[in-house]
Amino acid sequence: MDKILKMLEDDATLTPEQIALMCEKEVGEIRDLIKKYEADGVILGYKTIIDWDKTDREYVSALIELKVLPQRDRGFDKVAEKIYNYPEVQSVYLMSGSFDLAVFIEGKTMREVAYFVAQKLAPLEYIQATATHFILRKYKDKGVVYGNVEVDERGNII
Amino acid sequence: MDYANLLSQTVQQIKPSGIRKFFDLLENVQDVVALTVGQPDFATPWHIREAGIASLEQGKTYYTSNAGTIDLRRAIAEYLERRFALTYAPEKEIIVTVGGSEAIDLTMRALIEPGDEVIVPTPSFVCYGPLVEMCHGVPVYLETKAKDNFKLTADDLRAAITPKTKLLVLPFPNNPTGAIMTREDLEAIAAVLRGTNVLVLSDEIYAELTYGRRHVSIANIDGMAERTILASGFSKAYAMTGWRLGYIAAPAPLAKQMLKIHQFAVMCAPTTSQFAAIEAMRNGDEDIEYMAEEYNRRRRYIVKGLREIGLECFEPEGAFYVFPKIAGFGLGSDEFCERLLNEGKVAIVPGTAFGPGGEGFARISYAYSVKHITEALARMEKFIAGLR
Repeated sequence: MDKILKMLEDDATLTPEQIALMCEKEVGEIRDLIKKYEADGVILGYKTIIDWDKTDREYVSALIELKVLPQRDRGFDKVAEKIYNYPEVQSVYLMSGSFDLAVFIEGKTMREVAYFVAQKLAPLEYIQATATHFILRKYKDKGVVYGNVEVDERGNII
Repeated sequence: MDYANLLSQTVQQIKPSGIRKFFDLLENVQDVVALTVGQPDFATPWHIREAGIASLEQGKTYYTSNAGTIDLRRAIAEYLERRFALTYAPEKEIIVTVGGSEAIDLTMRALIEPGDEVIVPTPSFVCYGPLVEMCHGVPVYLETKAKDNFKLTADDLRAAITPKTKLLVLPFPNNPTGAIMTREDLEAIAAVLRGTNVLVLSDEIYAELTYGRRHVSIANIDGMAERTILASGFSKAYAMTGWRLGYIAAPAPLAKQMLKIHQFAVMCAPTTSQFAAIEAMRNGDEDIEYMAEEYNRRRRYIVKGLREIGLECFEPEGAFYVFPKIAGFGLGSDEFCERLLNEGKVAIVPGTAFGPGGEGFARISYAYSVKHITEALARMEKFIAGLR
């Protein structure tokens, strides 16, 4: 049933009726399956991919690298939890390599993001170092290419 | 200048494809949801495009040998063996062509003498008849029928063969009907052909797009390879329409003569495309599966959708078209499609464009997103409700 998950990952607007038709299943079966995925936390949510650069919204995003001192028994989890509770924080990943946590932040202005890092993240216990990288342009996110809307340019050849 | 006298009478007598008129109409109507396009909606997989780009970067901008690079011909032979259990010698039995279209043209030109008859099952792709006429041959159109699932039947074929029959075109999986020929169907055709001198042009451009069972070539049937010219290409399976690349696989004595025509007419197929195609043949099996699965989903969706809005719809097993019946509203196919375009703002291709047997049907392509198809179905439902 991973196929259905993949279909929903690619297009969350697909209805159970449409999925059922495409997979030759009963609608009820698909509905139950989706409910189960939701209950089990396999499907965590449905969101829309928006190119904010095409709107008037004031918006800036950044990737913050954090070096973190792991805590006895809790490793990085406690620190990660503290960080992901801030609404400014969009994503938190534990990384291999030269730093430990990758944190994606959104704010209205660069100043706001810089302030958040300096005032909220950096002073947290166990944080050893931060490096802030502002995102200048998104080319592709979650498999979707940003930019021009695709136009069907295929010739009418039968 | 008296062009009418200067131009070849043969060319002038060829009827232009009726569909051109319809497509001209289409361009003048606003906000249309079109389901007319006969090509994939995927871009060529990136690793294949990359191979083409790399060949340009390396300055591989020369002509290749006439028949195509030996690497590509070997890759094609390996592919045909791997995926369809067909054995061809890359040195003598394979020619790389400018699309499947050139492969068809070469076949006609290499075989047809004035007056030779070529059996063309219809509804089918539009090029066969005109190419036969260009060679002063006579196309003999043979209607396939909905009641036979648009397959060519042995009885119909037997009745159509005359002492003048030179060639049978076998256009399966079929554009526009989506019909396929199974091994059993082909066995029956082979039984008719055995003991005749009729050759077969098997147009297998949609061979990778079958749903539920693998395509079988007539060349797989006992004793048939020696009379079969297999024409295929990269356009549909790998979403490479714009690269214009196809091939012929045929017995060496036939390929040898075809190569002469190819050599004088086009020299060789595009070099960049040939390098991309090697990558496609060697590492593209997964791309084929992915795209075929995606088409299959849309196929099920659209067939059910059309049936739900009340259109009788034969279950297509190949290509990316459905061929629903649109008779029963008191309109001919052309009129139905024209009104659907103008009033319902949906474009589909009247079945009449595909030769005898197409009246009463229309071709709908599902090489479109589900969202697009859903919108088209909703509009069609409204239009049909208005006709009732």
